Amino acid sequence: MADFGYKIQEDRQINYDSNDRTLFYFLKRVEPSISLCIGCGTCSATCTVGQFTQFDLHKIMLYVRRGEKVHIANEIKKCMLCGKCSLVCPKGINTRNIIFQTRKFLHSNK
Amino acid sequence: MSYNPFVLPFSIGLVIVIILILWKYFRWVFSHEKAEQKKIVKLIFSFKIFSVIKEIFMEVLLHRRIFKINPVLGYMHSSFAFGWFLLILGGTVESKLHSHHAFNMFYEPIFFKFFSHNINGFPFANGFKFLMDLILLYILSGLVLAMVKRLYKRMFGMKKTTKLRLVDKLALTSLWCIFPLRLLAESLTSAQYHNGGFLTDNFGNILAAILPVNQLEYPAWWAYSIALGVFFVMLPYSRYMHIPTEMVLIILRKAGFKTEKKYTGFSRVEVQSCSRCGVCLDACQVYSATQRNKMLPAYFLQSVRFNKKGKQGLTDCLMCGRCQEVCPVGIGVNAIRRVKRNEVFDEKGAEFEYLKDSDSKTKKADVIYFAGCMTHLTPTIKKSMVNLFQKADVNYWFMDEDASVCCGRPLQVLGKEKDANILADKNRELINNSGATLLVTSCPICYKIFKEEYNLNIKIQHHTEYLNELVNSGKLKPVNLNFSAVYHDPCDLGRGSGIYSQPRELLSKISITNKLENEKEMALCCGSSLANLPAGFDDKELMAIKAAEELCKSNPDYLITACPLCKKTFVQACNERKIGKNVKVKDIAEMLAEAVM
Repeated sequence: MADFGYKIQEDRQINYDSNDRTLFYFLKRVEPSISLCIGCGTCSATCTVGQFTQFDLHKIMLYVRRGEKVHIANEIKKCMLCGKCSLVCPKGINTRNIIFQTRKFLHSNK
Repeated sequence: MSYNPFVLPFSIGLVIVIILILWKYFRWVFSHEKAEQKKIVKLIFSFKIFSVIKEIFMEVLLHRRIFKINPVLGYMHSSFAFGWFLLILGGTVESKLHSHHAFNMFYEPIFFKFFSHNINGFPFANGFKFLMDLILLYILSGLVLAMVKRLYKRMFGMKKTTKLRLVDKLALTSLWCIFPLRLLAESLTSAQYHNGGFLTDNFGNILAAILPVNQLEYPAWWAYSIALGVFFVMLPYSRYMHIPTEMVLIILRKAGFKTEKKYTGFSRVEVQSCSRCGVCLDACQVYSATQRNKMLPAYFLQSVRFNKKGKQGLTDCLMCGRCQEVCPVGIGVNAIRRVKRNEVFDEKGAEFEYLKDSDSKTKKADVIYFAGCMTHLTPTIKKSMVNLFQKADVNYWFMDEDASVCCGRPLQVLGKEKDANILADKNRELINNSGATLLVTSCPICYKIFKEEYNLNIKIQHHTEYLNELVNSGKLKPVNLNFSAVYHDPCDLGRGSGIYSQPRELLSKISITNKLENEKEMALCCGSSLANLPAGFDDKELMAIKAAEELCKSNPDYLITACPLCKKTFVQACNERKIGKNVKVKDIAEMLAEAVM
């Protein structure tokens, strides 16, 4: 087929019924402060890893809420757990624990 | 040979406890490798053994360190340990002199008064009578204090005491029964045969006036023997295991044993040396701020000892090391906690592939400056450092100016050793390629891991050490700004790395430093330590406020620290809660930069 420079966009619909939101509920239980997130993106702005590669905690938090586990599993491994994000968070969310617990959850629920 | 069936509970208990303890000793020592076992043999046949014996005498029997913490508490502990030791020693000598044999049955000294009604006619007979009663009185006075302590712990300088397990309670009860029962049994015997000293004889006479002593005497000796037997059987399973373990701990420690990366036999000795005395409870800031108690060393070591699975106690700790400083036994809780965190959490979870493609370049320089992640959050510190480097005309390279690779300690303290090593390798490569002879860092967290784990062959300094040297050598000439300041010791720099004098020396040149209530080894943690994972914002704020309040008691102009994380925490605590009248929180480098202007 001739390439006209256009293509059909991937379906970006979020289906909450089919998405697996267990991770979000797990995190809500072990680190309730996750509910405070307003998605301001300060964490991503300060991130140490963000200087090297595309790593965005702000995005990960969104994926966690939506239950898109595949994206999270690939991304969350990049974190160095330095803790800068939890220090700058204006809502005082323990982001470091969220990442730590997410990794643990994904590790034990492969 | 004298024998009576009532000695059986004591004898059986003693045999059981000796077998169990020897088995434990055997397991501890033989779980180590041959080379390490040789260290023990070497120690025993060297002159060092005298210092070991001295330490055992001072700590295990006299409890010198507990005396230092609180004299009444020390008296209580030593009355049991040293008193009981003297009672056994005195009884043995007395019974041997009496029987004119070097060897008699092992229970005879314990039940001497029952078997020997006529105790005159050997050297110092009356002296022994007096002495043995005096020792018993010494122990009983300690027992009274122990009972009072259950009700009025503040008298002993303790706000909180440990909660006991059932086994501990049983062992405690039998221990408390032993000495009153001995007094009773000896008094009842003395009432009939007058073989007691000033205490038992008089007490026996009083009892004789109101009780049928000849009927009660035999049951009393049975009860005394049973109390001893029960205590012995409980001992290896209770907190009282610390009695036979602490000696081993002192010997092994002197022989150079340490808990490092693995949970070894020595770690086991450390864990079982904990008597759960509770001295560490008041030192813990997480406990006093949040009232959560699972991570307290006393309970944490208990859960390790009995293999209780529970992660709360493992992760909910700042690893600030205050508890280690006050521990009268000197147990290295932080090392044990780290080993246990490694066991639980060290699965490979991270993927740092992106670091390989990163184009972080090495620059040739004499001095490397590594600011650290946290310093990038407090940019005035790194600006001051750069300023000072330029003033002192140093050929330096700001290693993590643009893109910083974390030093790895935040991962390491959570037990993710493997992940931390990947980061360490990357940094090590950069450092080694620069050809520098000195690495200066602004962050005590990085400083500690550089020093302990990186195995770099260049000098590593925290900026307090480095700046102090620059000032001493005349490369920087600060003026005295004459403000009043308090210096806060960051955990990883003070307790963690033993750097106390350099920042104080440096600060004394530019300011007047106020004394603090908790300084140096006992300095408070700011509460933001990366070692504590579950503590949230509120918990950390509580700890920070408490620490800030104490630091600002003397109303200083400046609160000076040497750690970007402490600085950030205290800025928040002091400004938002209006602690201290207009106190300004600064890093020591910022202050020096101002003074050098």
